[in-house]
Amino acid sequence: MASDRVNWNGSDVITMRYEAPETMEAAVELLSSDEGARVLAGGTDLLVQLRAEMIEPSLVVDVKRIAAMREITKENDGIRVGAAVAGAELGEHEEFKATWPGVLEAFELIGSTQIQGRATMGGNLCNASPAADSVPAMIAAGATATILGPGGQRDVPVEDIAIGPGQTSLDKGELVTSFFFPKPAARTGDAYLRFIPRTEMDIAVVGAGICLTLDDSDICKAARVSLGAVAARALVVDEAADALIGTPVDEAALAKLAEAASAAAKPIDDKRGTKEFRIQVMGVMARRTAEIALARAKAN
Amino acid sequence: MSAAEDLGYQEKTHELKWVGKNVTRTDGVDKVTGRAQFGADLIMPGMLFGAVLRSPHAHAKINGIDTSKAEALKGVKAVICRDDFADQPSEMIQVGELSVNIRDVIRNVMAREKAMYDGHAIAAVAATTAAIARKALKLIEVDYEVLPHVIDVEEAMKPDAPLLNEDMFTDGVDPKPDKPSNIAKRLEIKLGDVEAGFADADVVIEREYRTRPVHQGYIEPHACVASYTEDGQGEVWASTPGHFLVRAITARLCGMDVSKVKATASEIGGGFGGKNIVYLEPLAMALSRKCGRPVKMAMHRNEVFRATGPTSGSHMKVKIGAKRDGKITAGWAELMFQAGAFPGSPVFPAAMCAYACYDLENVLVIGWDVIANRPKTTAYRAPGAQISAFAVESAMDELARELGIDPIDLRLMNAAKEGTKAAYGPTFGPVGQVESLEAIKNHPNYKIPLGPNQGRGVASGFWFNIGGETSVTMNVNDDGTIALTLGNPDLSGTRTSISVMAAEELGIEPDRIRPTIGDTTSLGFNFISAGSRTTFAVGKATVEASRVVIDEFRARAAATWDIPVEAVVWEDGHARPASSNAGDFEPLSLEDIAREAKKTGGPIAGHVETNVSGAGPSFATEAVDIEVDPETGHIKVLRFTAAQDAGKAIQPNFVEGQYQGAAVQGIGWALNEEYIYDDKGRLENPGFLDYRMPVASDLPMIDAVIVEVPNPNHPYGVRGIGETSIVPVMAAMANALEDATDVRINELPLSPPRVLKALNEKNGG
Repeated sequence: MASDRVNWNGSDVITMRYEAPETMEAAVELLSSDEGARVLAGGTDLLVQLRAEMIEPSLVVDVKRIAAMREITKENDGIRVGAAVAGAELGEHEEFKATWPGVLEAFELIGSTQIQGRATMGGNLCNASPAADSVPAMIAAGATATILGPGGQRDVPVEDIAIGPGQTSLDKGELVTSFFFPKPAARTGDAYLRFIPRTEMDIAVVGAGICLTLDDSDICKAARVSLGAVAARALVVDEAADALIGTPVDEAALAKLAEAASAAAKPIDDKRGTKEFRIQVMGVMARRTAEIALARAKAN
Repeated sequence: MSAAEDLGYQEKTHELKWVGKNVTRTDGVDKVTGRAQFGADLIMPGMLFGAVLRSPHAHAKINGIDTSKAEALKGVKAVICRDDFADQPSEMIQVGELSVNIRDVIRNVMAREKAMYDGHAIAAVAATTAAIARKALKLIEVDYEVLPHVIDVEEAMKPDAPLLNEDMFTDGVDPKPDKPSNIAKRLEIKLGDVEAGFADADVVIEREYRTRPVHQGYIEPHACVASYTEDGQGEVWASTPGHFLVRAITARLCGMDVSKVKATASEIGGGFGGKNIVYLEPLAMALSRKCGRPVKMAMHRNEVFRATGPTSGSHMKVKIGAKRDGKITAGWAELMFQAGAFPGSPVFPAAMCAYACYDLENVLVIGWDVIANRPKTTAYRAPGAQISAFAVESAMDELARELGIDPIDLRLMNAAKEGTKAAYGPTFGPVGQVESLEAIKNHPNYKIPLGPNQGRGVASGFWFNIGGETSVTMNVNDDGTIALTLGNPDLSGTRTSISVMAAEELGIEPDRIRPTIGDTTSLGFNFISAGSRTTFAVGKATVEASRVVIDEFRARAAATWDIPVEAVVWEDGHARPASSNAGDFEPLSLEDIAREAKKTGGPIAGHVETNVSGAGPSFATEAVDIEVDPETGHIKVLRFTAAQDAGKAIQPNFVEGQYQGAAVQGIGWALNEEYIYDDKGRLENPGFLDYRMPVASDLPMIDAVIVEVPNPNHPYGVRGIGETSIVPVMAAMANALEDATDVRINELPLSPPRVLKALNEKNGG
């Protein structure tokens, strides 16, 4: 019985329907048709959850064959990135790389080189882990998600998609198809940093995405700060942004930012870090992230 | 020259041709191309897939197990539980450096009265697919009566702790306690008079330490296939460092004769001591016996974490006294080790090794073996020695600081050397502790200036190494090549190193020797690949087998030439007349003799069955440079230098690889590895994502320094080298942390939350 059907653990009988539609509309139809349907984009979360028997979907809808979801397109007022674009693909897009280095570095922190060949921002967002790396960076960049569903298309700020661990605001049958990154104002810089105990292949203990814009005299005139892994979902922290706005992002402003970030952090004690550690290090990482964003804004 | 000749070390008068060079690894191509067959790779006709039902409770009485619904599921061919195994009497058996009680082994393989930890095997199923087997597990109904549990060693020792075993009365205390407890045993290592030693001391360092259990972290999960046939014969293929051990335990637990179990070792994807026991093989055999079809079992990673390994967590107290000039007057320690659910932590070797690096007059080490509701501990690379070294070598560093003496100089001043009587008994022959210290002291890395937030730490370590029962067969093929059959699974390139020694003896190229790991029917008994014994012991037996073969070559040449065998020498792969007096004959090559063997007396072979003694202890000293992020507590390892005495490195690149691997495991242990249990005693991080072993980018290249002080009891001077380099690592890291930050942490792991908290406390935060 050295059959090709049987792999090493004999897992040849998982009864699960697999569909790989070629249009977004077909995908939405499939997702609407089955209570137990799940979207497969890169699969870097879904397949792990399947193997761990955390989920038992009756239908898996692979969206990687939908060309429109895998494109990066320049629009008049920004860049649109398909929700099923892999990290390795986005990393090769020179204009995106030059415009949103913070978003890209956040996305590229996910997993390994092999994972980067598969992982997508749509999947990272809709998996709805509070520790998702690309999410705070997208939120800081002011990205919106374009959603297609049985009721048509709508655009939603990225921060409104994940609502808690493993939970999204998407309605049944809805699919995030792309992300829109508005063209940044002049002298804008973004950055993302996370803390992990190792150097890679780990999940953020805290993460900070910051995007800021300077005026001609190097005063910060706009900022967005998003914090990851310190609450049930990525946070948008206006108090932290306010600490930067109107300042030259000097030591005093950075100290205020760190304080506001720590104050906003509402983490839990878990296997990845203690509460007190996360609160303290959240401030540290926010400050370090702002320093990188500042240097990038000055260079732009 | 004859086989009976002394197999001790002989300084070579000619340059060695192969020993000490790096030849291509015998198993290298198969491993890098994916051809090598590991435990889960075997597929048999008609094979079923097994799965194990595991306890979700840390401690629970099992009132009943109902398997009827699982048995009724289509595709299920067999279901087993405790009722399918006869109980075993209390009897100790040796597994690697440690021994276990067979009464506990049967209970660990399949729970009987109680589930003792989260992940404890309760029942097993064999079905036509793995998915059906897993589904069947959900249909097994177990009536658990959940009991209070205890995880931590200090908690488990308290008089009011939940009791794991009502029949356990602490051994080794006088008088015998009248109440049962979780303390299985008290033991003592004693030399001289520590009280007098402390009275004589000018300075005394006294500290407490804590370490966490850590898993060996081998990449390959446990896996096997077992097949039981209608005539009562059984076969088992397993990923194991010792298929003779698999045979013994499987036969014993399944009530079979040893001869009725044939065990074959697959390639093994790491073990580090964690596979020195069996989990699945008796279950697979019992399932196969029940349904008459081969059964494959392979653990998932979460089963590996929940039910196998680890080594002990510990609570330790250390007290070291010294004169102002650095001379140590006394060393004392009390070691409390967590054994897991059944007795048998490595506290004994930990106690023996605690002060073995030093030439001391007064030593007292007390050990306690304590059970708790976690997986039964197994061996892990120099079992126990790394744990006690964390405590003793941390205290040594504090002593050096207190005395204002360089930590290497303090160790040199007190170093164990030839003639030192170790507290655990023996008097050392030639050993390399002084040489390992000097190797670090003189290494360029030790002189590199450090920057802000950077620190350097040093520590030493010791491991005994072992010999043991060994059987080797060397068959000479008719084309002059050699079939070398060994009985020890190859964990680290040992097949190649052993072939190299045979090549050196025979005077032929190593690639003319094909080493094979034979099954249990092809050779006499072999003790498992453990205790860094394989290259030493199997190598020594192979040298002996080579000399048996050479004697036969000489005899055949002597017969051909019609001269006395004493007049024939073996040189450079040829039989030659000993001198011109012996006659004028053309030398006969190995091929010549092999080709004519049929005519000169038949096949030529050498085999040796022996209990190898004379293992040489190995010392190591290591230095690590780290940089601490003062705002996050994150530790970056900048450079790491490991100097260990190999006796003689047969394959230097393999030896370096062992030092590097050992250092890396120690770094993981020091930095982030720990088990996280919830309040119900369930493991929360049974996977590599959250059980944080280091990844490649966490590490610098480990600089390995091979020190060579030949072992007088091996023909090439070999000592075991696989273990010692893990021993000093955790203390070296903690010592470096103090050097970098002035913060001393006596508890592992040195994870960012713990380091940051200590830095906050230092800064008054």
